[in-house]
Amino acid sequence: MSATTLPGLRPRATTSPVVRRRRLGPGTPIRFGSAIGPVLLLVIWSIGSATGWIDQRVLSAPWTVVTTAGDLIADGRLQSNLWTSAQRALIGLALGIVLGVVLALISGLSRLGEAVLDGPIQIKRAIPSLALLPLLILWLGIGESMKIVTILLGVFVPIYIHTHNGLRTIDSRYVELAQTVGLSQWDFVRRVVLPGALPGFLLGLRFAVTGAWLSLVVVEQINSTSGIGYMMELARTYGQTDIIIVGLVVYGVLGLLSDAVVRLVQRRALSWRRTLAS
Amino acid sequence: MATNVGLLTVQVRDLVRRYDDRPVLDGLDLDIAPGEFVALLGKSGSGKSTLLRALAGLDHDVEGTGELAVPANVSVVFQDSRLLPWARVLDNVVLGLGAADDRGRESLAEVGLAGREKAWPNELSGGEQQRVALARSLVREPELLLADEPFGALDALTRLKMHALLRKLCAAHQPAVLLVTHDVDEAIVLADRVIVLDAGRIVAEETITLAAPRSAADPGFAAVRSRLLDALGVSV
Repeated sequence: MSATTLPGLRPRATTSPVVRRRRLGPGTPIRFGSAIGPVLLLVIWSIGSATGWIDQRVLSAPWTVVTTAGDLIADGRLQSNLWTSAQRALIGLALGIVLGVVLALISGLSRLGEAVLDGPIQIKRAIPSLALLPLLILWLGIGESMKIVTILLGVFVPIYIHTHNGLRTIDSRYVELAQTVGLSQWDFVRRVVLPGALPGFLLGLRFAVTGAWLSLVVVEQINSTSGIGYMMELARTYGQTDIIIVGLVVYGVLGLLSDAVVRLVQRRALSWRRTLAS
Repeated sequence: MATNVGLLTVQVRDLVRRYDDRPVLDGLDLDIAPGEFVALLGKSGSGKSTLLRALAGLDHDVEGTGELAVPANVSVVFQDSRLLPWARVLDNVVLGLGAADDRGRESLAEVGLAGREKAWPNELSGGEQQRVALARSLVREPELLLADEPFGALDALTRLKMHALLRKLCAAHQPAVLLVTHDVDEAIVLADRVIVLDAGRIVAEETITLAAPRSAADPGFAAVRSRLLDALGVSV
């Protein structure tokens, strides 16, 4: 507007050097950073085994574990035990999911249901599922039903808690909307309640899957005659650390895989949310 | 419980609503004729929303007495668009209607959103979301449209466009409308009749006879506005 300089305003010095502030955050991420720790462990394990610093009876060498895994696969023991374990986990998981969702719906949609169900489930939550094992063994014996019920009990609680919470935190404005457009009770459940509780349910599912593997490990080491846990337990009596490690690797891979599957389902099912992030 | 309302779409007689023994609506009478556009002005806490919720049948736990006759087919537009975030735009429009996808599409085209049927509500702007809410209301061909400050959360430019759209839609569908607003100009631009609510009673009423398009530059507009502002207790 005007060429005259306002009093008190000096032209800015253009030559002053920019002061670089010290960076306080952890800095830029390292490529493949998450692999460095595990690889380092593997290297130490290999060197230790090769130099004899790690006793073979304490921990088998990595290459022994690999060849043992090959042998177990070749004679079919790994596959059959894995199949047995996966079956137990999946049946327990499926039943637990159904039970958890049904209980969450009853307790979330009716005050009477909540009064009757919520208390006992919260009590059950305070008791670790595995602490119920002695009772379950007395009631159900040491067969498959005891194993599946133990897994189920570990699974339904997180499913119930998170689905119920998801359901109860559905915005009341949507309930009001459902009333004004005259939704039937069934349509209300189908169009508002279930999709609204889905994020909670899927979070519960991630906990449930982890819980299912945990329960599986424990029940398979009690009087089993098949399964990955049995294979490891048997190896213990013969001091075969290589087989035990194969079992641990299998459990680890199963845990990672199942979590990845649940996350994939989560991304697909909640794509309406992802549009916010993308 | 719609009694015979004769020629009226809405008939309210001696309506009382109380919260904790404090009357929010205090013996209110109101008639709305079919196709009539009524705007309801009032300060915060004057009972505007309570009246609208009573007409919408949403005041389950509120104590009260009085006669209330409303048609069976009532649609509500809220201040927020209130779209289900997990349902696509078209599914939101036809929510609860069963097989009505074609009508839903037509309705979306009417509000200028043809082609956005598959979008998620979160992908739309605030104005677009409110247009979807209008489509959801009008696809039901309501006899009475209740609107609770539907443009309150929109920016001024979008609001002007929404006024034009609402006028067009009301001309096409001819519902009776009760628009709750605290924007005096909005009330004058849109309504056939403006009523002012204070302490749960109607304290002023103006029939707007200005020719369309109504403009704030019109001297008649200014006169109506100053009378309404007086009734609202705002001195200018």
